[in-house]
Order: sequence, then C-alpha cells, then structure tokens
Amino acid sequence: MLTQSPARITARQLALDIRRKVIEMSASPNGVHIGGSLSIADLLAVLYAEVLRDPAGQGPSQDRDHLILSKGQASAALYAVLAATGVIPEAELATYAEEHSRLGGHPMKRLPGVDFSTGALGHGLPLGLGVALAGRRCGHDKRAFVILGDGELQEGSNWEAAMAAAHHGADNLTAIVDRNGWQISGRTDDCMSLEPLTDKWAGFGWRVLPVDGHDHDQIRAALNAPVEPGRPTVVLARTIKARGVPGLENTKRSHSATLDADARSRALAELEGAGA
Amino acid sequence: MSTEITARRTVAEVLDHVWDNRSTIESRNAYAMMLLALARENPNLMCLTADMNFEDHFALELPRQHVDLGIAEQNLIGVAAGMTVSARPVFANAMSPFAIARAFEQIKIDVAGANLPVKIVGTHAGLASGHYGPTHHSLEDLGAIRMLPHMTVVVPADAWETAQATVAIAEDAGPVYLRLGRQATAPLYQERAPFVLGRASVLRDPGRVLFVATGPHPNLVAARAARELAARGVSAGHLNMHTVKPFDREAVLHASANAEAVVTIEDHRAIGGLGSAVCEVMAEAGGPPVRRIGVPDVHYDLVGGEEFLLHHAGITAENAVAQALDALG
Repeated sequence: MLTQSPARITARQLALDIRRKVIEMSASPNGVHIGGSLSIADLLAVLYAEVLRDPAGQGPSQDRDHLILSKGQASAALYAVLAATGVIPEAELATYAEEHSRLGGHPMKRLPGVDFSTGALGHGLPLGLGVALAGRRCGHDKRAFVILGDGELQEGSNWEAAMAAAHHGADNLTAIVDRNGWQISGRTDDCMSLEPLTDKWAGFGWRVLPVDGHDHDQIRAALNAPVEPGRPTVVLARTIKARGVPGLENTKRSHSATLDADARSRALAELEGAGA
Repeated sequence: MSTEITARRTVAEVLDHVWDNRSTIESRNAYAMMLLALARENPNLMCLTADMNFEDHFALELPRQHVDLGIAEQNLIGVAAGMTVSARPVFANAMSPFAIARAFEQIKIDVAGANLPVKIVGTHAGLASGHYGPTHHSLEDLGAIRMLPHMTVVVPADAWETAQATVAIAEDAGPVYLRLGRQATAPLYQERAPFVLGRASVLRDPGRVLFVATGPHPNLVAARAARELAARGVSAGHLNMHTVKPFDREAVLHASANAEAVVTIEDHRAIGGLGSAVCEVMAEAGGPPVRRIGVPDVHYDLVGGEEFLLHHAGITAENAVAQALDALG
C-alpha cells in the first residue's frame, strides 16, 4: 500500500488526475506521447494508490517496491503520478521538456521516484529482474514492477530477461504489458506481429494474467493475486491508446502530439464527459 | 581448475600465491581466485556470468552470490545494473567481444550513465582467442568504453597486476571495465610493485624514445624494444598504462618531456584506444611526434594463434624498434 502519499487518493481520482495532467503537459511544443501515457493511466493509478510500497524510496527501509517505466516515452504519465502523490511539486509539471527541466521526454534517474533512466526500449525487464534477484539474495523484501510497451516486445533483450526470470524463479517480479496495439509506424501487429502473446509468455514459464487495462477491479485483482512460488507474473493489459479522449483514442496521431489550447479544452471536456 | 581457484582463502593468500606462480598462472584465473576471496569477505558482492564456467568454483561455494544468466549479454548488463539497488559491487563476467559490443547500449545507459558499481569483466580480449576467428576478436572495446562517462578502464599486464587490479576495482565506487586475455603471459614485474588505479607504472625511466603500452603482449613488446634500442645506444623509456581511463596524463607528459618520439603499442585497433588517448594528450599539451602500433583499420577474416595475429598486425618488438628509429630520423 502507498505509504508516502501525504493524502490518500483513490485509484479512480488518481487516474483522472493523471489524464488531466497529461493533457495539460501536451501543451509542450516538443510534443507529449499522449496516447501511450493515457493508455497506462489506470495501471499507474491502481499501482500507486493501492499496490506499491514506498515506490519513490522515501522511507528508511530497503523493503520496498520499485516501479520501472520501461516504456519511458510515457514519462508524462509518471510525472503526473509523482506530482499527484507529492513526490515532486505539482507546479514543476509546467516545465515538461523545457531547458534544464528534470522532466524530460523520457524519465531520468536523478528525479525522485525514478531509480533508472529509461526510454531506450528493452532495458526495463533486465533491470527489474536485477532488482528482484538482488532483493532476494541480500535479504530485502523487494518487488519489481516493470511497465512494458507492446511494441517494445520487439526488442530481443526482453526475451533474454523473460527466460532468465523464470529460470531463476523471480516470483517477486511482475511485468505489465501495455497492449495498446500501436507504435510509431502504425498498428503493432502490422509492423511485427506479437500474437499469440499469452502463449509466448506462458511458454517462457511465466504466470500470465490477462486484464482489461482500464478496469480497476481487474487490474487490482491481478496485481494483488497471491504469488505463485517460483514463477514471475506478467499482466497482459489490453488498453486503448489515448484512452479517455475520444477524439484521439485508437489513433496513430496520438503517439506524440502537441495540443493547442482549444484542443486541450476539448480533450479535458471529453475526459470529464467520458468519465474515464 | 576448481581447486586452483578455491584453495587460497584470503586476499593476502591469493596475492602471495599469484606472485609465487606469476609465470604460469592465467590472468583470468588470478582474477577468479581474487573475486572469490573478495566475495567471502563481502556478502553483498555479486558475481553474474554469461555462461562463463564459474559453476565449478564460485557457485559451488557461494551460490547465493552467483547468478548465471546464460548466453545473453544485454540481459547480463541490465540485471547487473538492477542488482545494485541491494548489492555492491556487482561483477558481470562475459567474453569481452560480446560483453562490450553487443551490450553497448546497456552499458552506456544502465551502467556508465547511471554511474553504478558494476564491474564488467571481459576475458578473451584483443586477439586472445585468435584461433576462433574475427567474431571472437575484441579490438574496438577500449575505444568504445573509454568514450563513456564515469567508466574506469583497466587492462592488467600480467597475473600479478590482475590480482591487484581486482582488489582495486572492487573498492572503487563506480563502473569499471576490466579487460583480460586468455592464456598465461610472461610476468612483467621483478618485484611486488603496488598497483594504483589511474596511475601509470614506469617500467623503464624516460629516454630519447618513450614506449607507452597497455595489456600483456604490448607491454612485453615494449620491454623488448626498449632493451634492443638500449643495446644500440638509444635510450628508451617504458610506461605501462594499465588504466586507460582515467588516463594518467601527467605520467605521459612527464615521461615524454625530453623524448624525441613516442611509440604506443596495444592489441586493439590503432584508432580509438590507447594510441588515440596519447595523441589527444600530445595534441593538447604539445610534445614529440607519436607513432601508433595496433591493429590496422581493416576487417581480417584471418585465423591463427594470438602470437601469429599480433605479428601479422605489426605488434612486434622489431616493428616498435623500427618505428622508433624512423621517428628519430
């Protein structure tokens, strides 16, 4: 459970807050990966409101959880969570991608709550496996949660880590695949087919928990499922790119975009209307 | 191999053993012995391998501190970086041609960029596995790794230096690349000289020519070339640059201050590595002309023993003498 938040916030509130903040950050002339940030808003919301123990490492204990955003292009969603949970000042979000900002287009290690710089795809799962294994070997009760993009699974290093995690029985490692179905060039399965994705992970020895990545009850149930000893877990989260902004949902153009003031107000209005 | 590595228990015992057997012991075994001794003292030291056969010594005695990740160097480096949240230092062992070239992005971002205490130890470096062919030659690693911020790059010249370097890098707080060969090579030191990370070893006092070398064979080439020049009445100094980064600029400037020519020798491409580092210093500070001896900028599909390939590339005492005399005019 979240221990470092100054005020308890529900997953429902947090998800809405992440989406609002991501839309506000999309004012950046450098563009925001809005589609992939909104697709993980519900996953991040349940993780940070209900699941993760001291994810920003603010407490004294080594017994804590680590969240690695391997799909680092969705950094805006992570910054929104860090602001909403009091890890970074809310006003700082306005500096997104500006000169000297701590908030880059991909997360950087020096930011509180970011243990590893990510964004070069295919790095997060090996890092998470290292966190999980070292926790065990050094007697720390650590869990590692790694959020992967589905397009990112085209990088081979993920499968090296998947093989090793099952072999070494890293049951304190959870991968969460944001299966939103899109990458820069279009639909992920047109670019490089990934299915049958469940079978692939299961074939590597993982417990596979498919969920609707916008249904908090399903996400909650998967992330709180009792550990299956010796087996790492992958949550295959079926999501909608840019979920919550109907005009942008499921579009290639939502990959990276700058929204002007009008577009942002429309998006915020759509968000409130959709009740996402 | 197992008993040879496990028999000596403490760091001091390993140092004594390596010194006493320095002419027959392989650097990689001196390293493995020392790593085990260090790991016995530090329960948070982790030893990761990419199928490097630590199963019959390290893993048998200290299984909790050992993880074999299989033939998967990118994952090896990422896992090593991740482990530093609890463990330190973390040694990541692999064959250097694959550890460095294949996992370069992981090293750049997860290890060097993050300034984490991961010690990448690459065996079979340079032309050490010549008979396996060019897929197994590692001739770009020094150039590639020395470009990365925070990285310390160490190339011991013999088993004795390897044992000491292993202690030094375990104590160092940052990321390190330790470059090792495959076979035992002749010992370079006549006495138990101390090893200081980042401080070049003066093996022969400065003269008209300065040889600067890194690694086992290049240092033996430099030592022989300096002796041959002396026999011809030309004084020649010899610096062993066992630490390629951070580069001991002052040692090179001091040793070359009165020299008329500098000759660099490395079992690495002649561009990007030690020779380039020396040229950078000379170009910035002023100094005598530099000749670089290394592997030419061509891809050889060439197989042969290490000595054969070194000879083919001109990494020989004869060539070092010829280059020195030619530079003197």
